[in-house]
Amino acid sequence: MAIFNLNINGTEHQVDVDPSTPMLWVLRDHLDMVGTKYGCGIAQCGACTIHVEGAATRACQTPVSVVGDKEITTIEGLSKEGDHPVQKAWLEVDVPQCGYCQAGQIMTAAALLETNPNPSDEEIESAMSGNICRCGTYVRIKEAVKKAANP
Amino acid sequence: MTLIKTKHNRRSFLKVSAATSGGMLIGFNWLTRCTPAGEPKVAIPNEWFDINGYIKIGDTGMVTIFSPNPEIGQNVMTSMPMIVAEHLDVPWDHVVVEQGALDEDAFKNPQFAGGSLSIMLGWDALRMAGAAGKRMLMEAAAKEWGVGIDAVTAADGIVSEKEGEQRTIGYGAIAAKAVGIEVPEELELKEPKDYKLIGTPQKNVEGPKIVTGKPLFGLDFKREGMKLAMIEHAPSFGMKPVSFNEEEIKAMDGVTDAFIVDTTTEDPIWAETNAFHQLVTVIGESTWQLMQAKKALKVNWERVSDPENTVEHETKLREALQAGKLEEGGRVDGDPEAAFANATKVVERTYSSPFMAHNTLEPMNFFAHVTDEKAELIGPTQTPKALEDTVSKLLDMPVEDITVNMTRQGGGFGRRLYVHFGVEAAAISKKAGVPIKLIYSREDDMTQGTFRPTYRSTYKAGLDENNNLVAFSVRGAGIPESPVFPNRFPAGTVENYAAEKINVATNISTGAWRAPRSHFTAGAEQSFLDEVAQAAGKDPIDFRLELFDRAKNNPVGEEYEYDAERYAGVLEMVKEKANWGVETPGVYRGVAAYFCHNSYVAQVMDIEMERDKPVVKKVWCAVDCGILINPEGAKNIIQGGVVDGIGHAMYSQLTFNDGTPDQKNFDRYQLIRNSQAPKEIEVFFVDSEVSPTGLGEPGLPPAVGALANALYQATGKRYYHGPFATADQDQQDVELI
Repeated sequence: MAIFNLNINGTEHQVDVDPSTPMLWVLRDHLDMVGTKYGCGIAQCGACTIHVEGAATRACQTPVSVVGDKEITTIEGLSKEGDHPVQKAWLEVDVPQCGYCQAGQIMTAAALLETNPNPSDEEIESAMSGNICRCGTYVRIKEAVKKAANP
Repeated sequence: MTLIKTKHNRRSFLKVSAATSGGMLIGFNWLTRCTPAGEPKVAIPNEWFDINGYIKIGDTGMVTIFSPNPEIGQNVMTSMPMIVAEHLDVPWDHVVVEQGALDEDAFKNPQFAGGSLSIMLGWDALRMAGAAGKRMLMEAAAKEWGVGIDAVTAADGIVSEKEGEQRTIGYGAIAAKAVGIEVPEELELKEPKDYKLIGTPQKNVEGPKIVTGKPLFGLDFKREGMKLAMIEHAPSFGMKPVSFNEEEIKAMDGVTDAFIVDTTTEDPIWAETNAFHQLVTVIGESTWQLMQAKKALKVNWERVSDPENTVEHETKLREALQAGKLEEGGRVDGDPEAAFANATKVVERTYSSPFMAHNTLEPMNFFAHVTDEKAELIGPTQTPKALEDTVSKLLDMPVEDITVNMTRQGGGFGRRLYVHFGVEAAAISKKAGVPIKLIYSREDDMTQGTFRPTYRSTYKAGLDENNNLVAFSVRGAGIPESPVFPNRFPAGTVENYAAEKINVATNISTGAWRAPRSHFTAGAEQSFLDEVAQAAGKDPIDFRLELFDRAKNNPVGEEYEYDAERYAGVLEMVKEKANWGVETPGVYRGVAAYFCHNSYVAQVMDIEMERDKPVVKKVWCAVDCGILINPEGAKNIIQGGVVDGIGHAMYSQLTFNDGTPDQKNFDRYQLIRNSQAPKEIEVFFVDSEVSPTGLGEPGLPPAVGALANALYQATGKRYYHGPFATADQDQQDVELI
C-alpha cells in the first residue's frame, strides 16, 4: 500500500492503495466516484474513459502509480452543472438506452472535440469506435457529437 | 367509450398495500431516484399523499409516478409513467418518476422485463391507476364544493367546476382529501383521439443523471459496512470445485473471508437456470484486491459431466437434422412430400448460428443483506419476483421477510431474467454474515453460461410451373431447443407445409436472448424467402404480399399466429418509404419482415461497397406496435435492435473447447462498433388505435434477414451461417439446387 495525492476534477484527493490499482477502481471503490464504469478491464470497451491531461484514457489500464500530479477529469467533473456541450447534445438527441456506456462515450467525444472541433463523419467513427454501446445507440452518438460540434 | 374494471384479484385498485412503493423509498433514497420527467414546473412539496400504488401527489401539485417494471434500456421508466400521467391528466412537467420496488400487489401488474411485454401487459393497470387517481381527485373536489361528481371535470392537473361558480383547484391542493376515496367498480377511460401526452416524443427521464455519471446502476450501489464479493465458477461446463487454497487466499491483502458457497435449490424453475451452483467466493474491501485474490486461487475441480466442444456441437446438429427425434408441437398441412415430388423447382438451404453471450455492458452483480430475520436485495434483475421466490426457497424464509429493489440496469437482453447472481449474493451474505455486493468480472460474466443456444435449420420450398409456392418445409434443430415456430408465417399461406422441431441436449446452460429463436429464425426464413422469390422470378416484397393475400383470403390450416393484414401493412409501408423498386447505381438493397413479441417490423437495408467492404448506408423500418406511447424512445429501441441484429449476425460467436468458452472478454468476442453501424436508420410507425405492444425485441430479427439479402445483392454471395464475417458460407447439408 502507498499514499497517492491525486488531482481529480480540480480537487486534491488522497488515497492509500496498492500502487498497481487501476484508476478505475481508485475512483469507484475508494473515492465513491462511480460515473466511470467497469465494462471489461482490458481497455476493449471504453466504459471507463477518463481524461488524463485532457486526453481520453482507459482508467482500467491506468495504474494509480503512473498518474502523479497529472490533471484527471471524470464524468463527474466534465462540467459543474452537467451542461458541457457534449452532455447537452447527448440529452437533446436522447442518446441513451440503458445508459451504462454513455459516460465513457461522452468522455471520448469531449476529448475528440477538444483536439478536433469539427470532425468529419469518418473521424467521429474512428474516435468513437473504441467505445462499445451494447444497446446500439451508435447512430445517435454520431448525431450528438455533430450537434456538440455545431450546436 | 372504453370502460375499465377497477378491481383486480378481487381487490380494489384504490387499496394501497402495506408496503407501498412510497414506503420502500425511505431505504432507497441513496439513488436519488426522484427523476423529474421534464424541467419541473412545480416546487418540491412539504407533504406527499398516497393516492394508489403508482401515484403520490405533493401539496404543491408535484406528482410522483412509480414505474413498476425493471428498466434495462427499453425505456419503460419513461413510457409506463407516461400512460399513468395521461390518464391522471397531469402535465408531464409536474411529474417525477421513481423506480418502484417489487410489490406486485400494489402495482397489480407483473413486474418483469421480458418478451417485450411491459407495455402490453401493463396497459390496463397503468391506465386504471391514472384514471382512478383522477376520479379520486374529482370526487374530493366535488365534495369540497358540495356538488355532484358530474358537475366537475379535471385536466392538466386541475379540477374544475363545469358550471355555476366555475371553481378550480389544483391536484396538490385537493390531494390530502382524495386519500382513501373509494373508486367505482368501472371507470371511463380516455379515447386515443383525446390523448395529449401519449404519442408525443418524450426524452428518457433519467437522461440528465446518465450524462452526468450519477450512481444509478447495481454496480454503483454502496451501503455503509458493505463488503465486496467475487466468485470463481468452474472453468469448464460439467465441473465443480472441491477445495481451494483457502488459508493462502484469506491471508492476502484486503481479503476478509473466502469459502465455497452452494446455491442449489429444490425444484428449480426456469429462471433458476444455472450450470454452476458451487462457487469459490472471496470477500474483501476492494474490487482490485479481490481480482488479485481470484488470480491467486488454486482450486481442485471435480468433473461431473463430459466436456463439450464446438465441432461436436456442429456434428450433433447435423445428425439431429438428418435423424433426430421430432418434438411434439410440429405442424403439417396438406401433403408436403407429394407436393415437393411434383414441384417444378425445389430450393433447399441450411442455415446455422453459433452460441452467443448476452454481454450486458454492466456485468452481473447484486447487493444482499441477509440476517436471521430478513433479507434485503438490491440490484439489476429483469425478474424481481422470481428472485424473491428463489431466495425464499434458498434461505427457507417467507417472502414477506424479503425485499427486492431494482436499480437501473446496464442492459438486459434476457440475461437478467435468470436469478442466479441475486441468489448467489444472498447465499454469500448469509454465509459471511455481512452485507455484500457481488461483482462478476467480465470474464466471469461471459463464461458463466445462460448463453443463446446454437441453431441449425433446413428450409425447403417447392414452386409449381407458374412459380407459385406450393410446398414449404422447415426442420430446425437447436442445442438445447429447436428455433422453429410452427404456426408463424409462412404457415397459413402454403397448401403443403411442414414444420419440425428437434432438440439436442447439452450441459451448457442456455437462456432467452433478445427475441429468443426469432433472431435466428427471422434471418434464416427471410433470406430463404429472398432466394425462393428469386427462383420464382418475383420481386421479394410482391412475393411476400402474395402469400399474405392467401392468408387473408383463404388461409391454410386451422390457425396461424399473426395478423396478415398488419404483417402486409408494414411491408407496404416500408416499400413506399424506401422507394422500393427504384434502382440506384452502387446501392444494394435487401428487405425482410418479421412478426414476433406481438409487433410487426419490416426493414429495407441499403449497402454500398467501399474499398471492397460492405457498408450499411441506410435502414428503413416500418413498425406496427399498435398505439405508439413515446415515439422518441420507440425509435431509439428500434434503431438499437437493427444495430444489435447486424452486429451479432456479422461478428459475434461463442465457441467451446473442452467445455470452456474460447471467448472470455471483448478482445476475442467481437461486438459491433460505431464505424460498423448503419450510417442512418429511419423509423416509421403505422398509425393505429390497437392496444399497444412492445418494441424491445421486434426490431432485431428482421435486420438479420435484410442484411443477408442486401449482402447478396452487393457481393453475389448468399449468407447462410453466422457470423457472416468469418463463417464458411459453403457448408450445406445437401448440394445446392
